[in-house]
Amino acid sequence: LDRSGPGELNAVDTNAIEEALRLQEADAGVEVVAVSVGPEEAVESLRTALALGADRAVIVSDPAAAGSDLVATGKLLAKILEREAADLVLFGQQTSDGGGALLWAAVADVLRLPCVSQATRLTLGEQTVQVARETELGDEVIEARLPAVVAVSDAINEPRYTSLKGRMGAKKKPLEVLSLPALGLDATEAGEQGSKTAVLGLGPPPARANSVTVEDDGNAAQVICEFLVEHQLV
Amino acid sequence: MSVLVFLEHHGRELSKGSLGVLAKAAAMSGGEAGAVLVGRAALATLASDAGKFGAAKVYLVEDDSLDPPLPQPRVDAMEEVVRAGGYDTVLFSNSVLAADVAAGLAARLDAGLNWDLVDILERDGQLVGKRLALQDSVLVDVGWRSPHRLALFRPGSFDVAATGGEPRIEAVTVAFREHSRSATVVSQQLKESGGPSIEDAEVIVAGGIGLGAAENFSFAEELAGLLGGAVGATRAAVYKGWYPHSAQIGQTGTTVSPRLYIALGISGAVQHKVGMQNAKVIIAINKDPGAPIFEFSDLSVVGDVHTIVPRLIELVRQRKGC
Repeated sequence: LDRSGPGELNAVDTNAIEEALRLQEADAGVEVVAVSVGPEEAVESLRTALALGADRAVIVSDPAAAGSDLVATGKLLAKILEREAADLVLFGQQTSDGGGALLWAAVADVLRLPCVSQATRLTLGEQTVQVARETELGDEVIEARLPAVVAVSDAINEPRYTSLKGRMGAKKKPLEVLSLPALGLDATEAGEQGSKTAVLGLGPPPARANSVTVEDDGNAAQVICEFLVEHQLV
Repeated sequence: MSVLVFLEHHGRELSKGSLGVLAKAAAMSGGEAGAVLVGRAALATLASDAGKFGAAKVYLVEDDSLDPPLPQPRVDAMEEVVRAGGYDTVLFSNSVLAADVAAGLAARLDAGLNWDLVDILERDGQLVGKRLALQDSVLVDVGWRSPHRLALFRPGSFDVAATGGEPRIEAVTVAFREHSRSATVVSQQLKESGGPSIEDAEVIVAGGIGLGAAENFSFAEELAGLLGGAVGATRAAVYKGWYPHSAQIGQTGTTVSPRLYIALGISGAVQHKVGMQNAKVIIAINKDPGAPIFEFSDLSVVGDVHTIVPRLIELVRQRKGC
């Protein structure tokens, strides 16, 4: 299903899980599997997914996978998803994903499945999924043939909280922790070795030069107007 | 270095963000940048525009499946051009569509994709991307370790420059993959727009809670009208129902990069900041001298918007002789 932070589920991932659980509530035949790639702490976050109602969980947790970039993580996830052969793969997505995590598009390309992002409503048909989405240009409804990959926005639903009963029950649900070899991958295909991007260094952000502060003494409008003229903005 | 740019267009116009990236590509490639234009048909005028803004060569991919704004057929098109044209560096200006295309293409080419970049340069023969991270408190240098290098830039990272001429044009035929045609648009409702859209506006006058009431957005509208701009709003103001959601700027709204941003009664929470900090010039008016927005404004005015803005409207109107 998703990517995760240490111990806790990423907020947007709870939207993806919520949506999956609602599909299950509408059709008892639906199995919800939470999937992740991450360090050992991420295993705990999958427990949360199970407590929320997922039936089982699978995670690739291997030290050799640490530091995987978009493409390397995408390949790992694709391997699990290939094995699971799900009809619908849901990702969580920030409404404006400046943070990146464009995994769904990479995974869909590897799996050769149709992919729709920014979903704000999702309707499952027999052979298709209909997705309403909001983009900069307006609203759209897109229909994709199943199996498909959909990234849901945080506007799609209001996620539930875990209950005590759910947390107790989660302990008995299957949680599979996989290493790279179990997926038929070797260490050169994941982690920093398998990544195609690298961090080279860190520095301070650029500051705005020559910034000016004025307190209004009745003349502020004049000051702004002169500033606009000086910068050729009027 | 051979540089290719993915051009996004809305109707009859190339997006400002992609034109900025195109200007950068032209500079990086010694005036030999390639650009890809995709759509259903009749892209010739846009191709000519792309030439004017820096593309030496424009690849036209015209196909019915490229009419709806879906990423996957575009990944097929980009792959075709990258491979046939022998391009090693591919640049995108971020948008919902461009991000999905870039990530799909990265998987297709097994290439590195760095996103959220604000600049790119060559250092010791190596390509280095500049990425603002951790709520913009750090500038990270990032690199690539693949033959193909993909980069996604924040809109407004580069100035648009009309430095080019008539481009060479090549029509490209693409063999689309089956899954790329498995998603279709059932219905589409484009945003209504009067005046420039906030994405493309050169000037934005935005209002926050400090405006005090919905009707005070008329100040913002009047000032924006005089400056030929659009009106924006913070999430808090939209939440109060003072202004429509389509005008919302910030993390859960639109990211903008105008030449001038005037913030009226906006405190400058980080969720808002990420949506507008790429504005060239920022003027903020707020009565709280400790408002965070003053930390990233070019002109910070501590005072009451209700008295300053009407006076400013008057002065600008005089200045424009209307």
